[in-house]
Amino acid sequence: MLDKVTKQKLVVIGNGMAGIRTVEALLERAPDLYDITVFGSEPYGNYNRILLSPVLAGEKTVDDIMLNTVDWYEDNNITLRKGETISMIDRRTCEVVTDAGDRVPYDRLLIATGSNPIMLPLPGKDLPGVIGFRDIYDVDRMIKASTDYRNAVVIGGGLLGLEAANGLMKRGMNVTVVHLLDTLMERQLDPVAGGLLRKSLEERGMVFKMPAQTQAILGEDRVTGVRFGDGTELPADLVVMAVGIRPNFELAKKAGLYCERGIVVSDTMQTYDGRIYAVGECVQHRRQTYGLVAPLFDQAKVCANHLAMKGFATYDGSVTSTKLKVTGIDLFSAGDFAPGPDKEEIVLQDANRGVYKRIILKDKKIVGAVLYGDTIDGPWYFQHLRDGTDVSHMRERLVFGAANLGDGGVNGQNSVAAMSDETEICGCNGVCKGAIVKAISEKKLFTLDDVRAHTKASSSCGSCTGLVEQVLAFTLGGDYSAAPKVKPLCKCTDHSHDDVRRVIVEQQLKTIPAVMRFMEWKTLNGCHSCRPALNYYLLATWPGEYRDDQQSRFINERVHANIQKDGTYSVVPRMWGGVTTPGELRAIADVAEKFNIPTVKVTGGQRIDLLGVKKEDLPAVWADLNDAGMVSGHAYAKGLRTVKTCVGSEWCRFGTQDSTGLGVKLEKFMWGSWTPAKVKLGVSGCPRNCAEATCKDVGVVCVDSGYEIHFAGAAGLHIKGTEFLTKVETEDETLEVIVALTQLYREEGWYLERMYKWCDRVGLEQIRKRVVDDIANRKALFARFAHSQQFAQTDPWAERASRGVDRNEFAPLAELELA
Amino acid sequence: MTGWIEIGALDDIPRLGSRVVRTPAGNIAVFRTESDEVFALDDRCPHKGGPLSQGIVHNKRVTCPLHNFVIELASGQAVAPDEGCTHTHLAKVENGVVWLSVRQAAAVS
Repeated sequence: MLDKVTKQKLVVIGNGMAGIRTVEALLERAPDLYDITVFGSEPYGNYNRILLSPVLAGEKTVDDIMLNTVDWYEDNNITLRKGETISMIDRRTCEVVTDAGDRVPYDRLLIATGSNPIMLPLPGKDLPGVIGFRDIYDVDRMIKASTDYRNAVVIGGGLLGLEAANGLMKRGMNVTVVHLLDTLMERQLDPVAGGLLRKSLEERGMVFKMPAQTQAILGEDRVTGVRFGDGTELPADLVVMAVGIRPNFELAKKAGLYCERGIVVSDTMQTYDGRIYAVGECVQHRRQTYGLVAPLFDQAKVCANHLAMKGFATYDGSVTSTKLKVTGIDLFSAGDFAPGPDKEEIVLQDANRGVYKRIILKDKKIVGAVLYGDTIDGPWYFQHLRDGTDVSHMRERLVFGAANLGDGGVNGQNSVAAMSDETEICGCNGVCKGAIVKAISEKKLFTLDDVRAHTKASSSCGSCTGLVEQVLAFTLGGDYSAAPKVKPLCKCTDHSHDDVRRVIVEQQLKTIPAVMRFMEWKTLNGCHSCRPALNYYLLATWPGEYRDDQQSRFINERVHANIQKDGTYSVVPRMWGGVTTPGELRAIADVAEKFNIPTVKVTGGQRIDLLGVKKEDLPAVWADLNDAGMVSGHAYAKGLRTVKTCVGSEWCRFGTQDSTGLGVKLEKFMWGSWTPAKVKLGVSGCPRNCAEATCKDVGVVCVDSGYEIHFAGAAGLHIKGTEFLTKVETEDETLEVIVALTQLYREEGWYLERMYKWCDRVGLEQIRKRVVDDIANRKALFARFAHSQQFAQTDPWAERASRGVDRNEFAPLAELELA
Repeated sequence: MTGWIEIGALDDIPRLGSRVVRTPAGNIAVFRTESDEVFALDDRCPHKGGPLSQGIVHNKRVTCPLHNFVIELASGQAVAPDEGCTHTHLAKVENGVVWLSVRQAAAVS
């Protein structure tokens, strides 16, 4: 560890969410790099500023919204100087100067000074009783006023103003909201939604004066009223100015840093002085300033990456969404909803139900959404907006939301808001909604990873990820930090699957350590997620050259059998196309008896599973099966599993083609190949489809005139019928198309990404173009698959049963008597 | 605790891998890290009893093959936020030979 004296000094100005989130992210990446000092003007630890409104409304306490207590700073060896304000940055000597004149040197400086409420330059603005709405101090003053006085005027009908007005009303004050324009929250809402909002707030007792311009604040020793441009006056004992926030960059500007509407930063969150970084509401990035939480978190991550001297992350700006935190009013808005010539709108308006939805499309994609009354689908629209999904195929029913698209189900677009606390969200780990909500509020979680780590929800099969994200969004309001669009491969790296695959090819990387070194892995040997992924990518990229790393294989693929809950294994021999013989059955029966195998079961893939085999018996079991001509069925592999067939034209009176024969041919050609995730095939001899080919990864449905090839189906976590790829006339063409398709998937799929997910991501047309339309490309793909099969088609059971491969794996190192 | 018992050659354990030592009181998993350190733990995950010897080894940790609990090889502790602890035994390497000292009370079948 570096000596404290030699450590670099990082000074953080601003003890708010952005600054501290950056420090947290930095500690994760480089815990010992800096000696960190944090200055904060407020006399508290770091709290969640977004939740000030619920505190004002009496729904939460100040303790509820604390994110980092003073102990946290101590535990992490951070010097917290709360209640101290920095009055100057001396860039020449690299020091900051406190208002008491104390000078503190820095090597790196992080400015996170946030923003200030805009105080309109009105006569009387300095009178006692006129305040902004920004921090705990303001909230305290408002709460105090609500006990001593009756009449409040809130200037500003935006998000902040309405939340302040709602809180004061809940505390028993008569509240009038004054707004310059005739639409409330005009930055987030269109006039219709603004009108609905106004109506329901009026029903609760809020009074509006709009459009109206405030001209003066009246009073002598304390505020007594407000006068407007039309000459009218209103009595007031408290005036809250909530017309907006202004990035707080005075300090930076005084230090000569380039500022416009905020401190101007680059994509690496650096100011014009390379030693000085800035994050949060005080910055201006690509002409944008932000006042919401999610962007701050994105910025914090990037900034920490650079402070930790990793030096590769960039911030590309954020798309934001808003949810009004007024209990009982459901309002959601995201993106850009100003009308425009190239935009299209889908509107649903149901006045009696108080529901209004407006989705704005551009180039087949969602660019904005305003929801009022029914915001359950807000996160779902937002997800599509951020991902830039082509929504043309669901356009007709888009406005009715995810549930009406039949897209509810396991992939998580169900409406979590309507669920009871007992509803199970994660079926694998038995986690219900209430437990997730509790963990989010009590442990102050913000991200999907946090929730996974603390509750285990969505950490197994991952099919409930969408639901968990929704619970997160629903619990935190619009303020959760959504998982980035480009997801890192795992926690050991910030690089995505695509990056890793690309770099492996470009840099000719041929071992796992080489990839980790070149791409600056954050952990020494990676983890159980990334090692198998890298092993697959290298194997698929360099067939015949890359030496398979057994220690980076999940146990099933290392010992060529499936581990069971008691540590025994299951063994599934291959039955080509689901066809077997009396001799094979006899051999299986003999093996089962000889080795006392407790369970013999027929699988869903038309084979026989021997369950409960002891690990040390595996080679002997395999030897006997090999002797009867059987080989590994790869039932454990991220590779070709089964080819399920019906009896076809050989026996069936409806059969149009030899589906069994074609299935056997496909299996003989493709067995042994490794793929990103398992691949199951099916071949049906006629459209009655007895082999259930249309819910397989690849399915063939024979018809009188040839072969229909389908793919991207699933019948597990997610039920999905296949997509039709093409129709061909001969068995040879069928084989060529299916092999080429599989090879494309091998080259592009992310590890553990099933074929249907890959198809969703890449697009059916893209795949069809390269596998069906471009015949030269199809043949090249086919050739690459065939080449790699030379090295893959060795029966792993025979290698271990009779050729001594991995002998150590199956025998104990020693047996001890232990007296 | 037993005295030091010779259990085999270091080279018989794969790097970033593990081998099992059988004892009447249950299996002990002996791990070898990338830098040739060795560690010994009861071959039972504190979560649901999974055989840790079958897991993927990374740095000085192993991931249980059943439900991805991650266990510290040195302490036997589950990595937070998971909770639980597996009993450890003493292991060392001298001149390419691996030695084990079994904490008998710990091993359970």
